[in-house]
Amino acid sequence: MIMVTTAVARVLAGDELRARRAAAVTERNLVAFRTGGTYWWLVVSGFAEPLLYLLAIGWGVGALVGDMELPDGRVVPYLTFLAPALLAAAAMNGAIAESTMNFFAKMKFAKLYDSVLNTPVTPVEIAFGELGWAMLRGAMYTGAFLVVMVVLDVTSPVRALAAFPAALLVGFAFGALGMAFATLMRSWQDFDYVGIVQFAVFLFSGTFVPVASYPVAMQVLVQVSPLYHGVELIRSITTGTVGWGHLWHLAYLLAAVVLGLAVAARRMARLLLG
Amino acid sequence: MAHPSVAVLEYQLVGYRRFWRGTVFSSFVMPVLFFLGMGLAVGEYVDRGGGLDLPYQQFIGAGLVAFTGVQIAMIESSFPVLGNFKWQRIYYGMAATPLRVGDMIAGQLGYIGFRIAVAAAAFLLVMIPFGAVTSAWAGLAPLVAVLVGLAVAAPMFAFSATIESANLQAVMFRFALLPMVLFSGVFFPVGQLPELLRPLAYALPLWHGVELCRAAVLGIGTAWPVPVHLGYLGLWVGVGFVLAMARFRRRLAT
Amino acid sequence: MDGGEALIRARGLVKRFGEFTAVDGIDVEVRKGEAFGFLGPNGAGKSSTMRMIGCVSAPTGGELAILGMDPLRQGPAIRARLGVCPQEDNLDIELTARENLTTYARYFGIPRATARRRADQLLEFVQLADRAGSKVDQLSGGMRRRLTIARSLVNEPDIVLLDEPTTGLDPQARHLVWERLFRLKRQGTTLVLTTHYMDEAEQLCDRLVVMDGGRIAAEGSPRELIEQHATREVVELRFGVTALEPFADKLAGIGERLELLPDRILLYADDGDAAAAEVYARNLSPSGVLVRRASLEDVFLHLTGRTLVETG
Repeated sequence: MIMVTTAVARVLAGDELRARRAAAVTERNLVAFRTGGTYWWLVVSGFAEPLLYLLAIGWGVGALVGDMELPDGRVVPYLTFLAPALLAAAAMNGAIAESTMNFFAKMKFAKLYDSVLNTPVTPVEIAFGELGWAMLRGAMYTGAFLVVMVVLDVTSPVRALAAFPAALLVGFAFGALGMAFATLMRSWQDFDYVGIVQFAVFLFSGTFVPVASYPVAMQVLVQVSPLYHGVELIRSITTGTVGWGHLWHLAYLLAAVVLGLAVAARRMARLLLG
Repeated sequence: MAHPSVAVLEYQLVGYRRFWRGTVFSSFVMPVLFFLGMGLAVGEYVDRGGGLDLPYQQFIGAGLVAFTGVQIAMIESSFPVLGNFKWQRIYYGMAATPLRVGDMIAGQLGYIGFRIAVAAAAFLLVMIPFGAVTSAWAGLAPLVAVLVGLAVAAPMFAFSATIESANLQAVMFRFALLPMVLFSGVFFPVGQLPELLRPLAYALPLWHGVELCRAAVLGIGTAWPVPVHLGYLGLWVGVGFVLAMARFRRRLAT
Repeated sequence: MDGGEALIRARGLVKRFGEFTAVDGIDVEVRKGEAFGFLGPNGAGKSSTMRMIGCVSAPTGGELAILGMDPLRQGPAIRARLGVCPQEDNLDIELTARENLTTYARYFGIPRATARRRADQLLEFVQLADRAGSKVDQLSGGMRRRLTIARSLVNEPDIVLLDEPTTGLDPQARHLVWERLFRLKRQGTTLVLTTHYMDEAEQLCDRLVVMDGGRIAAEGSPRELIEQHATREVVELRFGVTALEPFADKLAGIGERLELLPDRILLYADDGDAAAAEVYARNLSPSGVLVRRASLEDVFLHLTGRTLVETG
C-alpha cells in the first residue's frame, strides 16, 4: 500500500524524493501501531464493526426481507445484496476515522506535524503519507471483510479479488475528502456534523435497499454521494453484473480523490506554514 | 436546602446550554435517520416478506426509543467522565467541596436522564405522523428509555473512571454498544438469534428496555412480566452505581 | 572570526502578521562553526526569526539566504541540512524515545539501519540510553528536552537551531543541556539559539544580537557588548525602603552612571569596591551592597531601559 501511495505521489509531483518522504510519514503510523498500546486496540477493533452489521442486518433483518432482485433479473438472498454495500461502507468509515479525527488531533493537539515540517517533508507529502496509512488500514478491513464474504458464499474468490481494488478506491476517495474537511475544521464540535453526514450517507446510498425504491427526489440526490458510486461499483463486481455504465461510478470516485487531495494540500500549506 | 447532587445537575445543565447543538445528532438525528432509513426503506421489503405480524415501521420505531436512551447514556458516560478526571479535572474540584462522591455521580446521572427524556419524547413525536405510535401508554416510553439509559450509564461511569485513554472507550463502543444495539431486538426479534446467543441478549439491559418500550408504544404484551424487566434494569443501575462510587473514590485518592 | 563562511545571511529581514510587525528589518550573519545567539525578552521577534531561518515561515520582506540557498524555493533542500529544537517539545507521544529518533530520521530519507545506529549513538550522547524504550510521557521535562535535542541531530545537520533550549528546566537539567551543547560546539557544529537568559547567552554564544521590539539593538561578542554598553563592574545597592529617588540624588557622580530599579539602585563603575567605599563616605548606609562583574543583563538594561527577565 505504501507502494501505491508513493506511485501516486510520484505521478503528481514528478519527484521520487517526495514519494520517499511521503512514505516516511506512512511509516511513522505503522511504527505507532506496532508499538502497541490502546491505539492498537482501536485499529484492530475496527474489524468488528462491519462484521456485526453484516450479521445483524444481513442475517437478522435479511430473514425478514427474504430475497432481492438484481438489475439483471437474478434473485439473490438479502445477504448477497447487502454485503458488498457494507464493504463499501467499511472502506468509507475506516478512511474517514483516520483522515478526520486522528488527522485533526495530530495537527491541532499533538503538534506532530510541526516537527515533521522542520524536516525536508512538505505539507503535500504529509497529506499523501497520512492518506497512505488510512489506505493501509482500510485495506486490512476490506481484505478481512472480503474473506468473510467468500466464506459465507456471498461472492466467489475471483470476484472478491476484483472487488478489493474497488474497495480501496472508495477508501481513497473518502480519505482524501475527509482530510480536506479536517483542514477546514475549527474544533471537535464540528465532527458532530461530519458524523451526521457520514451516517446519513451510510443509510441512504443504496446500501440497504435498491435506489430504485427511493422517492424520485432522493434518487437524484443520491448521485452526489460518493458512497452510492462505491456501492454500485462493488456490488456489480461481487454479484457479477458489471457493465460499461459502471465506468461513470469509477470516474466519479477518481474525481473525488483528486478534489480532496487538492483542497487538503492547499489548506495544510496555509495552516502549517503561516 | 436542595440535595447537593442538585448542584451537580445544575452545573451540568448550565454547561449544556452552550454545546447542545453538537449533541442533537447523537441524541435525535441518529434515531430519526435509523427510523427513516431502516423503518421506511427496508420496511417496505420486510412487510412484503410478511415475517412480522406488525408493520416494520412500528416494530423498529418502538425499539429505537430504547436505543436513544442507551446511545445518549454511552456517549455521556464515556468521554465526559474521563475528561472530568483527566483533562478538566472537574471532579477533583468538586471533591474539595462538601460534595460526596455519590452526589457527583447522582447529579451527573440525573443530567443524563434529563437528556434522554427530552430526546426520547422528541423522537416519539416524530413517530406519530408515521403511524408508529398506537397506544396512549406511549407517554411512559421516555421514562423506560431513561431507565435503560441509566442501566448502561452507571456501570460505564465505573469503566470510564478506571481507564486512561479515550481509545479504549472507542473499543468499548464497538465491542459492547454496537453488538448490544444490533442484537437486542431493535432491528429484528431476538427469537431469530441462534439459541446459544439468545441468553446474551437477555442478559444485556437493552433488550428489556426494548420490550418495555414496545409494550408502551404499541400497547402489546412483554416477553417477561413487566416487574421482572423493570427490576432487572433497576439492578443494573444499582450495581453500576455502587461500582462507580468505588472507582471514583479510588481515582480521586490519586 | 572574520572571514568565516556565512551560513546564514539576512538583510533587512521583515516578518509581519497582519498589522503586527514581529521582525522589523534585521541584518544578521552567522558564520560556520560559531555559536550565535538571539537575546531578548518574550515578544522581541526571536522565534519569528528562527521560524524564517528554519524555512517554515516565509519572510514578508528583505533577503534571506541559508547555506547559500533561497528558503522560498529550496526549503526542503535547506531543511535537510538543519536541525531544529523548537521552544515547546513536540515529540511523538505515541512512540518510544528510540522510535522518535528512528522515525524522524526517515523523514530525512536516512536508511533504516543507519537510523537505528545513529539513534543509539544520540541516546548515548544525551544520556538517555537507559530510557530508549520509554514512551515520551514517562520522561521528565529535562529528559524530553534532551531527546528533542537528540532528534535535531539525527540528520547530522550543518546548523542546529535551538529556540530557548533551557526555558522551563530546573537548574540541574539546564546544566546538563548546556554541557551537551558545549560538546556539540567543540565538535564544530554551528549553533543558533534564542534565549532570554543572560547566563545562557554568556556561556554558550560566541556572538549575539540583542533584539527588542523586532529590531536589533546591539551586536557583538558577550565581552564586547559588556565593554561597549556597561562598565567592568556594577554595585547593587538596596536601602530597605521603596522610595529610592532621594538616595539616587545623593549618589550622583559616583561611577560612570546609575540605574534606578524598583527595588535597587545599580552603580556602574570600573572599580566597584572604590565606588562602594565612596557610597559609605557620603554617609549613606545601604542595607545591602553587592559588587559584581557587569553582565548582559546590564547591557540590555542600558539599551532598552528595561530588565530582561521581569524581577518580582
